[in-house]
Amino acid sequence: MNERKEVVLPGEFLAEKEGRRVGFGAYFEENKVFAKVLGIPRIDENEISVIPFAGVYIPRIGDKIIGTITSVEISGWMVDINSPYVAFLPLAEGVREFVDTSRTDISEFFDAGDTIFCTISKVTKNKTIQVSMGDMGNRKLYGGVTIGVNPNKIPRIIGKGGSMISIIKERTNCEIYTGRNGIVWLRGENKAKAIGAIKIVEKESHTTGLTEKIEKLLSE
Amino acid sequence: MGKQEIKLMVDGKRLDGRLPDQLREIDMKVGVVDSADGSALVKFGNTVAIAAVRGPRELYPRYLQESDTGILRCRYNMAPFSVTDRKSPGPDRRSVEISKVMRLALEPVIFLEEFPKATIDVFVEILQADGSTRVTGINAVSLALASAGIPMRDMVIACSIGKIDDTLIVDLNGIEDNNSQADISFAFMPTKEKVTLLQMDGCLTQEEIKKLLEVAKNTCKKIYEIQKNTIKEKYR
Amino acid sequence: MAENYALDLIETGRKLDGRGLEEFRKIEIEPNIIKNAEGSARVRIGKTEVIAGVKMGLGEPFSDTPNEGILIVNAEFTPLASPDFESGPPGENAIELARIVDRGIRESKCIKLNELCIEPEKKVWSIFIDIHIINHDGNLIDAAALAGSVAVLNAKIPKLDGEKIIRGESERQLPVQYKPVTVTVCKVMDKFLLDPTLEDESIIEAKLSVAVRDDDKVCALQKQGREEMSIEDLEKMIGIAVEKSREMRKLVG
Repeated sequence: MNERKEVVLPGEFLAEKEGRRVGFGAYFEENKVFAKVLGIPRIDENEISVIPFAGVYIPRIGDKIIGTITSVEISGWMVDINSPYVAFLPLAEGVREFVDTSRTDISEFFDAGDTIFCTISKVTKNKTIQVSMGDMGNRKLYGGVTIGVNPNKIPRIIGKGGSMISIIKERTNCEIYTGRNGIVWLRGENKAKAIGAIKIVEKESHTTGLTEKIEKLLSE
Repeated sequence: MGKQEIKLMVDGKRLDGRLPDQLREIDMKVGVVDSADGSALVKFGNTVAIAAVRGPRELYPRYLQESDTGILRCRYNMAPFSVTDRKSPGPDRRSVEISKVMRLALEPVIFLEEFPKATIDVFVEILQADGSTRVTGINAVSLALASAGIPMRDMVIACSIGKIDDTLIVDLNGIEDNNSQADISFAFMPTKEKVTLLQMDGCLTQEEIKKLLEVAKNTCKKIYEIQKNTIKEKYR
Repeated sequence: MAENYALDLIETGRKLDGRGLEEFRKIEIEPNIIKNAEGSARVRIGKTEVIAGVKMGLGEPFSDTPNEGILIVNAEFTPLASPDFESGPPGENAIELARIVDRGIRESKCIKLNELCIEPEKKVWSIFIDIHIINHDGNLIDAAALAGSVAVLNAKIPKLDGEKIIRGESERQLPVQYKPVTVTVCKVMDKFLLDPTLEDESIIEAKLSVAVRDDDKVCALQKQGREEMSIEDLEKMIGIAVEKSREMRKLVG
């Protein structure tokens, strides 16, 4: 693994392609791979990519995200997913049982203002987005609060194998859901402390020794 | 354009003491507008430009949306107090033209096709004007776009070059701008070596233009190094 | 469709209407067609039609040029000229065109502004050049700049009786010393092209407008379009424009 910690600007040359996959944040011209975004390059034998410091959330299929219902439509719901693109949750993807829409007002399942933990199920070329509640773990989130963080920092907030977020959950005794779209939902008495910790991870994500620092902070 | 008989070169030096190929003192700072997705402040001597980027974000009204690509909108504006004789607030014809050429200078580098139906909005305010405002603005926008995480093929670097008292010079200040025999605004993609903005007023032979374009290219490369250092310092 | 046309253009070396890549459409110039203007010209390049009118008035000089006349250039993309033009104040394209025409005339020192002073620091002649697009079929800038130059060349300063301007009577021509010509050079793939029609323009994203003076000096440059270009290409395009301008200048009069 060849991980350069040096920051790259868009347009900077990263490496020769040599049959490798060109991942997020990079593009190629002929056999040369260049950075597309400002960030830290990640180069190994299989892939060349750049981890960005910033950028809005652009949905990808399979992402687990936290959204807010913005309106109830005839056969589904519009969902704000913290992106330049709004998503649609079709009735069949939101409710397992059969629903007779002529008899039932579907807002009894999800209403405007509800927070949901769902999965991005469809992304068309023109960025029409669909979400689904069908995956395991998808659910409506009751109570609690949501905060927005830089979506690119979510992997660091979760940590390797969930290590970072587990520490925060345990030490603050909070229920926490993290959405790949940069939305984090928390519930619990100590959520302010948890939010504080998450904000530090977001800000110092590129430093080392962060796990120890957070552990120390939360044991006080 | 006022052209008085001022001597702009004395003993091989410009009125502000610079050599013909010398840039003014350049200062760059990223992250100066908190509510923006990306922002930067750039100073070339006494010319100060601040740029902010918002987006990509949903574009309204709907009829402006392009179904298969995002769009770039650019607004260049001069603050009323930025110049010696107060400038009336709001866009004047010059600002409208500069907004257009700036947008066209940046469009080639942005991967707009990754954001169908969305817009990336760029705002440039000139807080202090002492020549070469549009190129200072472009350098600020470049940094703002990068810090907002906008995907780009390259950065866009800009500089001004020109001719005063029969001498070819770099980075025109206000008095040189107003009294030059020629002045050129030039924007350049440093790693791909392509031009995205070229405007010239004045009177030059083809040979002089060739020389100036070569100087412009090298000057932009110098400015690119300063941009790189600014960013790398900030994100270390 | 656009891609096919571009490839076809390159392969055959001919535009849709059969013209060579650097061939201009038929140019028709009529000076002095507007009776109430101090100077005017109608220029037709193919179906593109532009009228330039010169009006003169009295004004106060700018403080930094107390003995010089004032030059103001404006352009109207009138809605009758094209389904793409809307009513209202000039948009960015109209403003840009006016400023390019302005640069060609101003930077070339075409009009001897220092011979337009009536009373130093107090009263000078203001020259207004208004470009009115009548029909848009491409290459508006070259047509507008040509109309502007011809109008200026044929303009007469009205007689001044004390404070009163006697329109319709004149004692002298507007003092003009150069005939600037603007040529916009386009690039499609690796070929250069002149005088595109509106349809041709739909596939062009790389253009350079070049204003050239009688002594082959370049007075204005404006890169247009959203495609980036190499310095080498830009230099070639300037060369093509300078060469073509010599031919065009003969039409100015």
